[in-house]
Amino acid sequence: MTDAIKLKYIVSPDDFTRAGEASSDVKGKLKKMGIEPEIVRKVAIAMYEGEINMVIHANGGTIDVEITPSEITMVLADTGPGIKDIEQAMQEGFSTAPDNVRSLGFGAGMGLPNMKKYSDEMDIQTQIGVGTTVTMKVYIK
Amino acid sequence: MLLKDFLDKKIFAVLNEGKDLDRELTKVFCCDLLSIAMSKAPSGSVWITVMGNVNAIAVSVLAEIGCIILAEDANLDETAFAKAKEQGVTVLKSSSPIFDTGLIAHNLLNG
Repeated sequence: MTDAIKLKYIVSPDDFTRAGEASSDVKGKLKKMGIEPEIVRKVAIAMYEGEINMVIHANGGTIDVEITPSEITMVLADTGPGIKDIEQAMQEGFSTAPDNVRSLGFGAGMGLPNMKKYSDEMDIQTQIGVGTTVTMKVYIK
Repeated sequence: MLLKDFLDKKIFAVLNEGKDLDRELTKVFCCDLLSIAMSKAPSGSVWITVMGNVNAIAVSVLAEIGCIILAEDANLDETAFAKAKEQGVTVLKSSSPIFDTGLIAHNLLNG
């Protein structure tokens, strides 16, 4: 593997039946490439949480994934409401998910904390009323 | 214990028999909140929950859970059933509460 592999996904708004498709696809591709299972799991969890966040809070968005021999980079961009207080959103248990979303089993306030925990680098750029871009990297080596 | 040996005990009703029946089951994990299950359920675990929706199937696939047991007679909804079939996720069912179901599964795994 010498060149970077680039993948792009569109995350549909309010569609919980399709949430997870992008993460599953990336997971399948990484497995086929022979990436270590623990690294695949980290990517799958971090990306799924991001995908779900975009469905719940941000009217969907796009996910760009780049796989190189040394790392996997995921850029999740949305044009949602933005995150008011990142520090608060990063606390385990803090959630602004509505009741209909909680009844599906989400809204535990673990989304961003899980994304941070399972990625090796995470950066959040957010602007109220404009959107949020989360960049996560998982190292392969 | 292998998943196929676990199924052979015929203790729980089978809603969907998935793929990879030769995989090793590791331990029992109980939780209904998907993000917690996602991050904490060990790979190969028997996941006890009442969440029979499509997102539970997605979590199961992404976290490489061994099989799901729906407690309290919870059912898979139609979309979740289709997804479980498509993704090859084994889903079982129990009429007992979550703890009791987990205990039965634990005793089977460690019996």
